[in-house]
Amino acid sequence: MSLTAPLAALGRTVLSALALIGRVALYALATVSHLFRPPFYGREFLHALVQIGWLSLPVVGLTALFTGGALALQIYAGGSRFNAESVVPSIVAIGMARELGPVLGGLMVAARVASSIAAEIGTMKVTEQIDALVTLSTHPMKYLTLPRVLAATLAVPVLVAVGDSIGIMGGYLVGITRLEFNAAAYLKNTADFLELWDVVSGLIKGAVFGFIVATMGCFYGMQSGRGAQGVGRATKSAVVAASVLILAANYILTELFFSA
Amino acid sequence: MIELHNVHKAFGSNKVLRGVTLSIPRGSSLVIIGGSGTGKSVALKCILGLIEPDSGTITVDGKDVHQGDRDEFLARFGMLFQGGALFDSLPVWQNVAFRLLRGSLKRPKAQAREIAIEKLRRVGLKPETADLFPAELSGGMQKRVGLARAIAADPEIIFFDEPTTGLDPIMAGVINDLIREIVTEMGATAMTITHDMSSVRAIADNVAMLHDGVIKWTGPVAGMDNSGDPYLDQFIHGRATGPIEAVR
Ligand SMILES: Nc1ncnc2c1ncn2[C@@H]1O[C@H](COP(=O)(O)OP(=O)(O)OP(=O)(O)O)[C@@H](O)[C@H]1O
Ligand SMILES: [Mg+2]
Repeated sequence: MSLTAPLAALGRTVLSALALIGRVALYALATVSHLFRPPFYGREFLHALVQIGWLSLPVVGLTALFTGGALALQIYAGGSRFNAESVVPSIVAIGMARELGPVLGGLMVAARVASSIAAEIGTMKVTEQIDALVTLSTHPMKYLTLPRVLAATLAVPVLVAVGDSIGIMGGYLVGITRLEFNAAAYLKNTADFLELWDVVSGLIKGAVFGFIVATMGCFYGMQSGRGAQGVGRATKSAVVAASVLILAANYILTELFFSA
Repeated sequence: MIELHNVHKAFGSNKVLRGVTLSIPRGSSLVIIGGSGTGKSVALKCILGLIEPDSGTITVDGKDVHQGDRDEFLARFGMLFQGGALFDSLPVWQNVAFRLLRGSLKRPKAQAREIAIEKLRRVGLKPETADLFPAELSGGMQKRVGLARAIAADPEIIFFDEPTTGLDPIMAGVINDLIREIVTEMGATAMTITHDMSSVRAIADNVAMLHDGVIKWTGPVAGMDNSGDPYLDQFIHGRATGPIEAVR
């Protein structure tokens, strides 16, 4: 083995990672371009909306509820170190709306939706259903990818909005039962300090995360290798890629939205 | 008229097609035979453009299959996949009528359903199966639903990848007759892959044998028995010994 072998291995890894990023980007662009070219499969879209939006409500709601509660406890404990316990309502609201609502909601949707999309499309791929679609003059991207991506992009912000409200309610419940806050004062404090942009920025994040989740699910499903093992690998890759991309995108969006 | 000229296709180091040349006249029925794993299914998928060959040309009525309007091209085809490839999220009748429910051949739902049920009847399935899901059917029933889907829009060119495997002998006979009927009565061009020699004799006008990535023998079905070709002879008589090594 020569001395340059480790370098060559490193180079290969970097190159294949770059190639992957390129393929994902092209795939995302192609998906978006189909939005403007008929036909549009409305039934598939509605079905995806139910699968991605409606059926994710319980898991997103529960995540937000517990997170809001824990957040209130932590902020209270931290705030008491410099007599600032009164910030609990506003920080819970801002924290949920700006960061935790979209990020945790996005991650939960990634776990639930990216995996199921990748498994479904991957199975279709290995059982030749994708080939069959093509021979039946139906573009897989229009029929499978676009409806799911569009549904996720529209549904996740709604999920985030619901999650924000439930999270704030979780903080409120903990605040008035465990932390001796006055119920009316807690709500007033929340309403006074929460700005529209706090909420809207979180919803925009949600839309981006939804797009990422569905795109990764479809991309890895379509790439799926042969057999059950191929589908398993595709599912795992879709969830990992979607989660990492959500966190990376969250940082970039936060920089864009909130750094001076 | 479908023509393949010197078509090559490899998957990595696995050279599957190594110069396939073949022509299928319009309105005729060609049966492709050959050992398992020799690339028969790959050849069909190349013609449909599902797999891009590494080299060589494939034309349908003189036009290259990888160029021009894909939708228009595919609208002329019907394909039965080896594994059925039914959409398991849709009930049987919507599988069969898939083409008739969307795109250029779209028609009212009730009419599409009627056509689907008629096609199901032709492959020996009762109307009750129409509302079941593919997962609720036996293997042979799934195959026949796939067949009904392939012929649903009355295509000009139909590919059948092992239409009778998994069927009982009587049902296999029904399907053989159906394929023959589609060719003689509707003037369709058919390409069928099968391992069943009685199907070959029932369906084929011409036979082509694929071996080692090339067409080893091709000719009219009547010439199959006294071809003098040792490969073909071994194959059609199912002998374990001969020029084709069965055990490697
Ligand atoms: N998508 C693919 N990727 C990699 N290899 C493939 C692919 N499709 C087919 N092959 C390989 O090509 C060869 C021929 O496959 P093909 O399915 O055409 O065989 P066949 O002649 O139809 O066999 P059978 O009669 O068993 O159906 C096999 O070795 C198979 O492993
Ligand atoms: Mg095959």
